[in-house]
Amino acid sequence: MAFVAFGQTPKTQVKTQTKSGRVALVLLMPGLIYLGLFFITPLISLIMASLKQPAPSGIIGQYNFGVEFGNYAYAVTQYAPQIFRSFSFAFIATIIALLISYPIAYYIAVRARDRPLLRGILLTLVIAPFFISFLLRTFAWKQIFSNDSWIVNVLKDVGIFGADSYIIGTNFAVIFGLVYNFIPFMTLPIYANLDRLDMRLVEAGSDLYASPATTFRKITFPLSLPGVISGTLLTFIPISGDYVVASRDFLGGPGTAMIGNVVEANFLRIQDYPTASALSVMLMAAIVVLVSAYVRRSGTDDLL
Amino acid sequence: MAIDFVARGQDLELKGIRKEFPGFVAVDDLHLHIPAGEFFALLGPSGCGKTTTLRMIAGLESPTKGQILLGGKDVTSMKPHERPVNTVFQNYALFPHMSVLENVAFGIRQRKLPEPLDKAQKALELVELEHLAARKPQQLSGGQQQRVALARALVNRPALLLLDEPLGALDLKLRRQMQIELKAIQMEVGLTFLHVTHDQEEAMDMADTVAVMNQGHIEQLGSPEALYERPRTAFVAKFLGQSNIFVGDVLDSSSGTISISVAGSKVTVLTERSEKQTGKIAIGVRPEKVQFLEEKPEPNSELNVLGPGEITDIRFTGVSNQYQIDIPHVGEVTVFAQNIGRSPVIELGAQVWISWKVKHSFGLSDLPSGTTEED
Repeated sequence: MAFVAFGQTPKTQVKTQTKSGRVALVLLMPGLIYLGLFFITPLISLIMASLKQPAPSGIIGQYNFGVEFGNYAYAVTQYAPQIFRSFSFAFIATIIALLISYPIAYYIAVRARDRPLLRGILLTLVIAPFFISFLLRTFAWKQIFSNDSWIVNVLKDVGIFGADSYIIGTNFAVIFGLVYNFIPFMTLPIYANLDRLDMRLVEAGSDLYASPATTFRKITFPLSLPGVISGTLLTFIPISGDYVVASRDFLGGPGTAMIGNVVEANFLRIQDYPTASALSVMLMAAIVVLVSAYVRRSGTDDLL
Repeated sequence: MAIDFVARGQDLELKGIRKEFPGFVAVDDLHLHIPAGEFFALLGPSGCGKTTTLRMIAGLESPTKGQILLGGKDVTSMKPHERPVNTVFQNYALFPHMSVLENVAFGIRQRKLPEPLDKAQKALELVELEHLAARKPQQLSGGQQQRVALARALVNRPALLLLDEPLGALDLKLRRQMQIELKAIQMEVGLTFLHVTHDQEEAMDMADTVAVMNQGHIEQLGSPEALYERPRTAFVAKFLGQSNIFVGDVLDSSSGTISISVAGSKVTVLTERSEKQTGKIAIGVRPEKVQFLEEKPEPNSELNVLGPGEITDIRFTGVSNQYQIDIPHVGEVTVFAQNIGRSPVIELGAQVWISWKVKHSFGLSDLPSGTTEED
């Protein structure tokens, strides 16, 4: 889904302009106006904010227009660990979510293909978490993993945990929370793709001497790559910028802050708008670069 | 140009195969033997169990009961990828993410045989598509895809090649051309071919032996000529070409002939060409064996004569004209007359008699559906 948006928008625009220009333009207007107002404008505003200088008055939260590229250097040197942590967490959580989601999606789309009831129930279960607010669900995990929860107590009783061990605030808790929250975003695109898998191709594979494992590796998985790419993008991008799960109010601790948390703190608490903006711009640029490299490398042009 | 085939085709034997699906029996007590190197066609209407049979031989379905032997070896419980059988699927099932060459090389690679790409290239030469090796399947036309599917199966030199209505998606002209090519390739490589089709012309045209299948069992098996000239059941008589069938009680059976009474007239068949000798029997004749006459012919023991009847429909089909003649108390009779400029000028509504030689009649073992023993 996501990469389709990346890859095909320019093409369709060119086509519509050359063909029946006026009608297409009218139909595109709402979208263009929306994008202009709610994407381009804030983006320009953000970039301008990232280049501001402190006001001579010295009052906290007062900044003047300027071209201060030092804000970027400051943000990078000051928050390098958080930037690195964001992408590491996003990478690890995306991989874990993929490993969990692919079998779920495969089971629902392929194995349960002839059992509509089972399929409906399983799909509902995948979507069910959306019925409850993201914040509430994350908060529930905070309760489950809290220091006096039965999980921690059991782990202490069986000797895996020492007397002063804990879960909340650890990298594990944050990655767990991220994986948990983004599993549906990984599962659904893969499911949508595998749902269209032509089983006759799988049969052809087994007819041509490929064992079930080889058939999966050579046929099913390569054909499902567009779904995997959509799913990983829909997971990786929001996780990179997530500021809820890793915050100290939820599953994070002092040592787990991600870019999102730093941006939030700079905007809302420290009121250092230029640094917060510079971090946001860098996060966006880094995601664009990483995602383009990823999409290009996975050769989606060749995929269906 | 030909691939150097070491393995030759092997014979296939089905023993008492039965396949049940929830709620119905697709194949029932099927016995079949296909000798090595033969082009065998399994012919039947959709839903007759022919595709299920093919899928069981390929290993894609497992029989409820019975045994499948390939070259004398029991393969019933073998997984599809362990069987020396390849299939050309109805929709070709080419892998869309691989080039044509990689598609063809797939089986060789899986068996870890040397030089997969060279072998694939040679197989593509056999089907005259070597210049398209680098393309993706969806960039090819239907006929080209069909040939890639054939090459992908043939390159593995299977003991048995299964063809699941592989020509069904092609237009008539291309289908004719592919039929000729397929037959030529089969003769060249000497593999055992099992071709499943509902197209009776295709089956008769290509196969050495045709088995007509209906409702999960084989109605009749034989060479195309034998099936056409001597259908044994009403189903075969009607499914394989067209037939006029007359039902009546036996009047007398003597001196090598059996006669039945049809609406007061006598219809005769040679005893050796009849499955049944007593009671109520059905006698058929092919439309092109029947002639029509404007005057009642002289009685002749060599001829069956019915009529008079009225011509209700005339169709021009190019090589022949097809006439429908409605004979009171007998029913509709179809007659094909070749367009050689000699047939009498007959118009719609004309009164005619029909006649055919006794030796062209065939007696069936059953009655056409819709007639009962009590009628």
